[in-house]
Amino acid sequence: MKSLKELEEIRKNTLENINLRKGREGYRIIVGMATCGIAAGARPVLTTIMEEINKLDLKDVTVAQTGCIGACRLEPMVEVYSPDGNKVTYIKMDAEKAKAMVESHIKNNKVIDEYTMTVIDGKVIDPVTK
Amino acid sequence: MKEISLHILDIVQNSISAKASIIKLIVLESTIENKLIVIIEDDGKGMDKEFLKTVSDPFITTRTTRKVGLGISLLKASAERCQGNFMIDSEIGIGTKVKASFQYDHIDRAPLGNMAETIVSIILSLGENTELIYFHRYNHQEFTFDTREIKKILGNEVSIFQSEVVDWIKDYVKEGLKNLYGGVEN
Repeated sequence: MKSLKELEEIRKNTLENINLRKGREGYRIIVGMATCGIAAGARPVLTTIMEEINKLDLKDVTVAQTGCIGACRLEPMVEVYSPDGNKVTYIKMDAEKAKAMVESHIKNNKVIDEYTMTVIDGKVIDPVTK
Repeated sequence: MKEISLHILDIVQNSISAKASIIKLIVLESTIENKLIVIIEDDGKGMDKEFLKTVSDPFITTRTTRKVGLGISLLKASAERCQGNFMIDSEIGIGTKVKASFQYDHIDRAPLGNMAETIVSIILSLGENTELIYFHRYNHQEFTFDTREIKKILGNEVSIFQSEVVDWIKDYVKEGLKNLYGGVEN
């Protein structure tokens, strides 16, 4: 049974650890949530990302949404900003890829190149899938 | 959209873009009256009457990345396909209200779908100072979720966007809705 008491527990635990988290800049994950994204399956991508962050107990990761990025056929899209300011754009994501991305990129700092957007001569080339 | 809850997620994004501070989401299911009603009301910047007249047109949009805005027109089509109604009203500086109704047992009515996931997605989309009040009624059973109550328990130092909190919210809404339907998952 979910209770508000559990929420109080979460609050207590967070406060106890709060000094460990202060002042650290982490990854920012932005999921496209416009009509195109939602229709293409952005919601399970977002919830899977949150689940994985929880499961892997990753701290200092911010998850947010954005509107239409303009490349609707590439949705669902996920932008990952690393602490040093670099941006990686993942395209045509699904729950499975999102799970792999969090473990590889956010946890182990290893970008999954096959899932990202490649721009050659100003044209967006779909990722190479094996 | 495959689920009505995806339409809900979509329309709420409009309220967030309109810089609402309070977003009210009301879902009313009545098998007795054979109706499913979704109301999304916000106190965002609103639209003037001229724009409001054409807003359901898919070729009318405020976004700059594309010439098409499908959110409202898709919901309108979904409702009308189910012998339902669609209404949108707005006033500049006051807010916007969207109401869609569906014939409950219509063969073309999409399932309401995963509301818990939609609520979680909405919360992750909210700004620091935007609140969500979610009221869901199924015949005579009611469920309420209010981010203000959650924030009161969490206090100022713990963010509602924290992953453990979001995870708790997902399960809390899932369970609350299960109880609405009498312990059977819809």
